Amino acid sequence: MRTPVFLLIWFAIAGAIFGAAMAFDNDYVFFAGYVIMQYIVLSTAWNILGGYCGYVNFGSAAFFALGAYSTVAIYKYTTGGDEPSTFSMPIPFLMLIGGAVSAAVGFGMGYLTLRLRGAFFAIATLALAVVLETLVVNWDYVGGSRGAYIIRPEDIWPIGNYIRYLFLMMMLLAVAAMTIARLIERSRLGYGFATIRDDELAAEASGVPTLRLKLIATTISGGLMGMAGAPFPYYIAFLQPDSTFGLDYAVNSIAMPLIGGTTSWVGPLIGTLLLGSLQQIATVTISSAVNLLIVGILLVFFVVVAPNGIVGLFHTYFQRKPEEFVGRRRVDADAPGTVP
Amino acid sequence: MNGAGAKTDLLQVENLSKRFGGFVALDNISLSVAPGERLGLIGPNGSGKSTLVNCICGTLRNEQGSVRFDGQTLDGLEAHQRTHRGLSRSFQLPRPFVSLSLIDNIRIPLLYTVTARGTHHAAGVIEDRCADLLREVGLEAKARQLPRDLTQVEMRKLELARAMAAEPKLLIADEAMAGLTHSEVEEILALLVRLNEQGVTIILIEHIMRAVMSFSRRLVVLVSGKKIADGQPDDVMRDPEVERAYLG
Amino acid sequence: MIFSYDLLINAIVSGILIGGFYAAVSCGITISFGILDIVNIAHPGFIILGSYVVYIVNAATGLDPILTAIVMTPAFYVLGVGMYQVYYVSFEKRGQESLRGLAFFFGVLFITEVSLILYFGVDYRYVDAPYIGPTLHFGEIGLPLRMLVPCLVSLLLIAVLQLILTRTFIGRAIMAVSQDQLALRLMAVDPIRIKRIAFGISIATASLAGAFLIIIQPVEPSVGREYIGRIFAICVLGGMGSLPGTIIAAMLIGIVESLTSTFYGPSWAPAVSFGFLLLTLAVRPAGLLGR
Repeated sequence: MRTPVFLLIWFAIAGAIFGAAMAFDNDYVFFAGYVIMQYIVLSTAWNILGGYCGYVNFGSAAFFALGAYSTVAIYKYTTGGDEPSTFSMPIPFLMLIGGAVSAAVGFGMGYLTLRLRGAFFAIATLALAVVLETLVVNWDYVGGSRGAYIIRPEDIWPIGNYIRYLFLMMMLLAVAAMTIARLIERSRLGYGFATIRDDELAAEASGVPTLRLKLIATTISGGLMGMAGAPFPYYIAFLQPDSTFGLDYAVNSIAMPLIGGTTSWVGPLIGTLLLGSLQQIATVTISSAVNLLIVGILLVFFVVVAPNGIVGLFHTYFQRKPEEFVGRRRVDADAPGTVP
Repeated sequence: MNGAGAKTDLLQVENLSKRFGGFVALDNISLSVAPGERLGLIGPNGSGKSTLVNCICGTLRNEQGSVRFDGQTLDGLEAHQRTHRGLSRSFQLPRPFVSLSLIDNIRIPLLYTVTARGTHHAAGVIEDRCADLLREVGLEAKARQLPRDLTQVEMRKLELARAMAAEPKLLIADEAMAGLTHSEVEEILALLVRLNEQGVTIILIEHIMRAVMSFSRRLVVLVSGKKIADGQPDDVMRDPEVERAYLG
Repeated sequence: MIFSYDLLINAIVSGILIGGFYAAVSCGITISFGILDIVNIAHPGFIILGSYVVYIVNAATGLDPILTAIVMTPAFYVLGVGMYQVYYVSFEKRGQESLRGLAFFFGVLFITEVSLILYFGVDYRYVDAPYIGPTLHFGEIGLPLRMLVPCLVSLLLIAVLQLILTRTFIGRAIMAVSQDQLALRLMAVDPIRIKRIAFGISIATASLAGAFLIIIQPVEPSVGREYIGRIFAICVLGGMGSLPGTIIAAMLIGIVESLTSTFYGPSWAPAVSFGFLLLTLAVRPAGLLGR
């Protein structure tokens, strides 16, 4: 399937979902839906570095929060305080800025630590999250440890209240993220990532510039996570460092791809829908602590019993030969992303 | 001959030393290889042959000494850059890309090394070349299978094919024939000879003496990290020091 | 920022004392990560578990926390052995320890923490012991006993571990398993069994570390998170598999944290160890006493 067709299909699906949600006319749907879309982006982004390249990032929260706090900084700058203003930067711009900041930090951190083994990189990402949180907590401009209040703008015609608009934006970002992931999978870059995951030494010997590719993966991954974080202050209206930097983001963005399947863009989607829904149900029926217990248990279970996730189970059950997990097409050597 | 080599040598290793902590793996190795040469490298297990290959190819960094290839120094270059320059090697213990099919394994050097040199192939050409290489090692029937479906012997052949896919000027075959039957050894030898006739310089690291003797035009012997002989195969095999250290 | 020598000396002393405790917390990682190369991020979870075990026993019987922890060590050892077995069968054998092994331990950390929250709630818990409260004074230097006692016992623990590693057969086999598994096999020693024992020991130390923790400060389930970065920072800075290195690194981090906290405010303290970690990884991954 060519990429434009893929995009069209998913835009149609997104449109249908949005239409259905509007018809249902209950704001809870939009609140819950936003979170699910956000996690689709986060888990897809995580998977680009984690699933495709095999480098575990425990600091998803850091990149997410960078996007969120970029928005807060811009908000404070344009409003000069806590009063609502007539101007609020459109979400797509905020996403681009938040994404750029996260991508830059991702690149920088990658440059420092990607020459080391995967285990050290993983630990370094944990460290990054805490260092960034400490910096934010001590930066009063964005609220410090007290937190930051963000006032949502008025309704946006013809959609309605701002939450619905946020949901639409996040859904479009989710479609973009999946498209990017799929594009990477089917390109020369995707092959390169797979070799890094399988055997970095052999990859280097075959001519793959592993450090450069790893930096690309980290930058794209971090950038997408930042884009997911950018609208968050408007969503939550009151942004606090300890929840924004929480490990919950890390565990979810790891669990969802691992449960869904790490070798393709479909895995994070399935994992998010499954785990996201389970968590929403658990939060509403039991408690939000049980939420995380479920994630932890499912993560451990899948990782031990079904390492290739649901997508892997699907392949095994239907006896499909998992001949090529990456790029089932011919690839033109100098045009990454071309799909004949 | 002690490896002082001519200016036109393809590969020049000078005073290369490598230690692991207190252990000296390579001690002052000097070696040169002329273009088009067929060099055999032998030595007991643990003598440092693979370490030498790793240092030449950039997988390991040597503390002392230098490596020159095709007139330019390789010092400081990453492994993938050395491969781009025309160096290629197969690993002693095969290291296939386990989640990629055989044909995709072969595709990698074509996508990343051959294109880095500026040769842009259309998708169809790449596909054909991959198939050709698999055919040369007799693996075309399994092109779409995964490495885990291969026998040990087939994995070695894949390893060699992948090294060849990088279109090297110098190919280092590290124990590519271990475990092969007599006829399979002949097959691989013929393949290497063909490659050499096409202009590829080859360093053959092997324990199968008959293969080494028939293939090599020059023989280098490594024992405990030191080079103890370097010359015509017959002369080297008659060298008493070689007999004592290696065969004795 | 009020500078006085009093404050400075006490900050340094305080840093040394807590450094001793940090060493106990990290020595488990020195074994599991430094020697066995297993990234057990769940270790802080086991430490907190240790704290809660000690809390229950202490609240019910008033038994001394450190004594309780010593008694519980075999149980933690068995837990460690069990964990390693799962890890080995699921990951090491299949060669997938990098991605999935990490995710596994991360999941275990979460399960541990959330289970504790569900069972005990998020209230802070603390223990009672005769040395919690009094402070020794030497001139201007104050040595709170609740920090001095854990520090001393920590150092004792590490000394014992070092003796085990260097003087006993099992200990030397553990050191060997990280360097040359083949040689071990040739000596008819099963490397997997050795690794199991080593991992068991690593988790066993968590029992004592947990006791020290709850003596020094009140504990609630998410306290473990602060320690993840600290223990890896200490392990890496200390040169990975080196116990003496662990002590030095722990003291160093303890002192810097204490100085930062005293002169710049406690909100900067978390960044210290993690900052150290990033710096070490970027500049000298072999650590201070690295091999």
